Amino acid sequence: VSAAPSAFSDEKGGSASEPEYGHDPASGGIFSSDYKRHDDLKEMLDSNKDSLKLEAMKRIVAMIARGKNASDLFPAVVKNVACKNIEVKKLVYVYLVRYAEEQQDLALLSISTFQRGLKDPNQLIRASALRVLSSIRVTIIVPIMMLAIKEAASDMSPYVRKTAAHAIPKLHSLDPEQKDQLIEVIEKLLADKTTLVAGSVVMAFEEVCPDRIDLIHKNYRKLCNLLIDVEEWGQVVIINMLTRYARTQFLNPNINESLLEENSEKAFYASDDEEEEDKKAEPATLAKRKPYVMDPDHRLLLRNTKPLLQSRNAAVVMAVAQLYFHLAPKAEVGIIAKALVRLMRSHSEVQYVVLQNVATMSIKRRGMFEPYLKSFYIRSTDPTQIKVLKLEVLTNLANETNISTILREFQTYIKSMDKDFVAASIQAIGRCATNIGEVRDTCLNGLVQLLSNRDELVVAESVVVIKKLLQMQPEQHSDIIKHMAKLIDNIQVPMARASILWLIGEYCEHVPKIAPDVLRKMAKSFTNEEDIVKLQIINLAAKLYLTNSKQSKLLTQYVLNLAKYDQNYDIRDRARFIRQLIVPTDKSGALSKYAKKLFLALKPAPVLESPFKDRDHFQLGSLSHLLNAKAAGYQELPNWPESAPDPSVRNVEIPDWSKCSSRKDRKEKKVEKPFYSDSEGESGPTESADSGNCESDSGSGSASASGSDESGSGSESEESGEETESDEEEEDEEEEKKKRKKLDKTKAKKQAEESAERCTIHTIHQISCIINFDQFDMNKITSVFSQTLAPSGSIKMYELLHRIKGEGLAVEYCFSRQPFSPEPNMVAVQIQFTNNTNSETKNLHIEDPRLQSGMRIREFAEIDVLAAGESVTVVMGIDFCDSTQAANFQLCTHTRKFFVSIQPPVGELMTPAFLTENDFKKEQGKLMGMNEILEKLTLGEKCVNEHVIVERVTATANLSRVPCGSDKECRFAGKTVSSGCLVLVTVTTKEGGGAQLTVNCEKMLIGTMLVKDILQALSQ
Amino acid sequence: MLDNGFPLATESNILKELIRPPTILRSMVNTITGSSNVGETLPTGQLSTIPWRRAGVKYTNNEAYFDVVEEIDAILDKSGTTVFAEIQGVIDACVKLSGMPDLTLSFMNPRLLDDVSFHPCVRYKRWESERVISFVPPDGNFQLMSYHISAQNLVAIPVYVKQNISFFETGSSGRLDITVGPKQTMGKTVEGLVVTVHMPKVVLSANLNATQGTYNYDPVTKILVWDIGKLNPQKLPNLKGSLSLQSGAPKPEENPSLNIDLKIQQLAISGLKVNRLDMYGEKYKPFKGVKYVTKAGKFQVRT
Repeated sequence: VSAAPSAFSDEKGGSASEPEYGHDPASGGIFSSDYKRHDDLKEMLDSNKDSLKLEAMKRIVAMIARGKNASDLFPAVVKNVACKNIEVKKLVYVYLVRYAEEQQDLALLSISTFQRGLKDPNQLIRASALRVLSSIRVTIIVPIMMLAIKEAASDMSPYVRKTAAHAIPKLHSLDPEQKDQLIEVIEKLLADKTTLVAGSVVMAFEEVCPDRIDLIHKNYRKLCNLLIDVEEWGQVVIINMLTRYARTQFLNPNINESLLEENSEKAFYASDDEEEEDKKAEPATLAKRKPYVMDPDHRLLLRNTKPLLQSRNAAVVMAVAQLYFHLAPKAEVGIIAKALVRLMRSHSEVQYVVLQNVATMSIKRRGMFEPYLKSFYIRSTDPTQIKVLKLEVLTNLANETNISTILREFQTYIKSMDKDFVAASIQAIGRCATNIGEVRDTCLNGLVQLLSNRDELVVAESVVVIKKLLQMQPEQHSDIIKHMAKLIDNIQVPMARASILWLIGEYCEHVPKIAPDVLRKMAKSFTNEEDIVKLQIINLAAKLYLTNSKQSKLLTQYVLNLAKYDQNYDIRDRARFIRQLIVPTDKSGALSKYAKKLFLALKPAPVLESPFKDRDHFQLGSLSHLLNAKAAGYQELPNWPESAPDPSVRNVEIPDWSKCSSRKDRKEKKVEKPFYSDSEGESGPTESADSGNCESDSGSGSASASGSDESGSGSESEESGEETESDEEEEDEEEEKKKRKKLDKTKAKKQAEESAERCTIHTIHQISCIINFDQFDMNKITSVFSQTLAPSGSIKMYELLHRIKGEGLAVEYCFSRQPFSPEPNMVAVQIQFTNNTNSETKNLHIEDPRLQSGMRIREFAEIDVLAAGESVTVVMGIDFCDSTQAANFQLCTHTRKFFVSIQPPVGELMTPAFLTENDFKKEQGKLMGMNEILEKLTLGEKCVNEHVIVERVTATANLSRVPCGSDKECRFAGKTVSSGCLVLVTVTTKEGGGAQLTVNCEKMLIGTMLVKDILQALSQ
Repeated sequence: MLDNGFPLATESNILKELIRPPTILRSMVNTITGSSNVGETLPTGQLSTIPWRRAGVKYTNNEAYFDVVEEIDAILDKSGTTVFAEIQGVIDACVKLSGMPDLTLSFMNPRLLDDVSFHPCVRYKRWESERVISFVPPDGNFQLMSYHISAQNLVAIPVYVKQNISFFETGSSGRLDITVGPKQTMGKTVEGLVVTVHMPKVVLSANLNATQGTYNYDPVTKILVWDIGKLNPQKLPNLKGSLSLQSGAPKPEENPSLNIDLKIQQLAISGLKVNRLDMYGEKYKPFKGVKYVTKAGKFQVRT
């Protein structure tokens, strides 16, 4: 030990100037020193000083971070997983997550630590144990992970449940075969009412089973209501999921409008004779068009997400925006514009994503962003991609009224230093010109002016755009074409040259004098042109040949000959094709007759469209939308259903607050719900900090309640609207309530009975306490009670010594099921001696007990004399240490010694525990997973009713019955005598003699044996 | 803090509890005792229903400060007319109060605020109904809210800029003449005035004369920075001189735009005023303070 620190301090002295892990891995000495270094790391890890361990772990994690292999330290590191120091522990966890997959066998060594951690009383430790356990990608431990997740899913602490939800996708990716079981856990967690869990479980849902929309039904309203209090990242996931959900469950709120649009469009285009027909058809469509009524649940979603537009988190705002875009009625979508415009102040990454989505939205709902037009004006300091997107939005927003301002703005952009942006601006002008007829000439003039720009890129881009514009009305613009023909000498950009050539060829009849000359020039430079230009030269030649063969015949032949020997096969192909088509030979086919029609057909003007058109079939805000391609894991946004699915699937029975007598009461309850707290008490009694929070919370809650009360009385129209809606909902629920009333009544009766039962148990308990205080002789009195508790006459006698073997002395024993008063953790064994001889037996006592370690015996007082024919009963105590190992000892008389042994049935190792139904459930919740044993059985013929079952179970094991609300279930509780571990037994009967037995006990061995015994008892 | 790619904790108070931010004192203590900034205790904040607030906060001096910071985003065109202007404001808070205080902040003129976004601690319902900000604050520094006063309202522009940047067709040179003057400053002084110009690539160097402040031209990044400092309304600062261009290169097509940076203390340019701050839930009397600052955000003058 003394060597280690000194070695380390040397090390440290050396590393002070130059840190260890800072070495260049390529340097020669690295291998030899590397080995050594690992050695001292190992030493440090083995030392018993936390600071050394910490230092070592820090260096190891630093090595991992630099991509160095630290796997050979695995054994040394794993040992420290049980280290008490949290900081060391955390780093060991980091190491484990990284290397466990490589060293599976060794990693298994650490698993038991996590399993212990899963049982820790501190919820944070339980959670982090689960988090690391689930991050270890070792297939062998899949069953352990599964159990751990299941257990954590029913943990008391919502934080642990949240971690369980996080673990689900990890396990799913490790072993997809566990999907079905994981879905069960997800279903269970979805029902959780705490805000902490909601986001995480929905995330797990989206990863594992996004198509199981049926799991959401029951939780839909709860999720909507919790949404505002869920943490931000959870909100994002929930909102995206609910968008998809709503698309499958509700009707399109804009359905009537879209019908209307179709109609009006039809009317607009319809010719006169069609109109009459239309008039006839109209009433029919009107009849078909039902008045749209929004599902209250649909409204609930929209209403509850709206305040989140004010979130500080851009992702949340974006999620709500897409929800409104996809789900809200047209009139309401507008509210998201303001929030989206606000996000544009954010970082350029956020801006980029937001602008992409705004670009898509602005095509479909232009009016929404029109008031914010100026917010999309471009600054010279914006990054190029932001500029281009803003330009896109501005172009989408352009209409007759604002086009002049937009064009003025565009003019400044053209002067920018950013050439890509200038090119995009020119394109944008072109698009505005095609979309808005009034400004076409102005735009064209402006673009023509740009042709004299000094920058070639600007000119080229203008040429391309002008070409597109000219196609719309070529007749009026032959002068522009002439002007452009002149440009061909100067412009070098291939795309622009190709565009000019195409223009001249297409409209060669408008410029009959220039066109052949251009072809002459181009023929000269043909060999030096780019491919795209060559193709257009061939094209021009062909067109001229057809229209003006006299002047251009030879030129065309020359160009075609050049093309024939071009390096590019596309060009050779094209030349061959065109020659066959235009030059009439005897071999040429029927097509050449139509050559003129083929080449000089009237071509439709191009439609300049936004690249963002129709992008909204991807869910906005998704990666797929951003890329305009389906990304892995993308969930398709379904189309609205034709008719709404049954809305009643979302109805949830809420017995707790439907019990409030009047509606008013209920309303008050609703209002009282604190603004930002959960509907459930979260923390265990151990977290004192939390309870403090809870208190202040309720204070703040009431404050906010008073606030909303006032607003309710105020004239805010929105509020009153809300209320009427909630009234409607309530009416629906009222009907349900009536139906449920009958059920409730019968339930109430039962509950009354149960509570009476509970009372008696309590009194018994109290009495026994009093007795204890009064130092009465316990045995006598408790036996009275124990008989009332335990079924009478069921105490079974066992033989300890047969009378033949005992030479006349017969010894029998039984488990009296009474507390052994001198030592409460011993099992009381009642022993009955019968003297069948003719003489007295003397000095009966116990000697030489041979016991398993930990077991103890408390002997009975020696019996001095047992007269002939007499019998005597004594009580002795044995601490079996909660095992069914036999206690061996010698029974001595004054003459003989007999070896005897007492082996307890497992059912006798426990004493009844008195729990209420709630306590039982709570305790059972703690004993899930590996501590729970489930068994299906068929009840024996005689087990006809509850009474028999209770009798059988209590006869098998010393348990007390726990009151239970359902008549299908019998519950029993007990504690093991020696260690006081809870043993919970549930028997659930089913139709047709089937039943399910559940035993929850921390001691798995006892649990298993008990299951076996009870099974046997019940199936007889 | 992420778990399997899913954000687990982004609340700064929780993260600070996990790894405490370094201070001089703490780093000294750490070197002596060999401890680190990693928190020893488990972060209980995550379990709370108010995750943004630490439990058991205690101060001897209880104080709450609010900074109303407004930034003017504007684009002015060549002639000095406003193309576009809006105000982006934030209220930064520094709250050091013991226990669990419940604060209410109200404004004189809340209707001014066009679009708001809040820290999660703010009760949105009360804002909607009463236009007051009611919240249980996080401990320490945080941004309480941000707001937006849009272009629809008239935004006061505190300075005007007269500029003339021109390049000559021949001689590879150009002229630059910039004058800055106060416009609508509400009687306050403009400080920290800086003019930044992104010059065209062909500008090699600048030979200028500033009547106030210093200028600096970086020929690598082509950025001219003129640091004026305080604006004196009696004697307007002016920057004048010649620019030399790369010889032989054509005269640049475009004119560079000017970015202005400035600061006005004790003024919220929108006119927003905090009315009062009330505290509930705790007995002591806190010290309260509000400060106003106006800055230039993305303030650009086109030429």
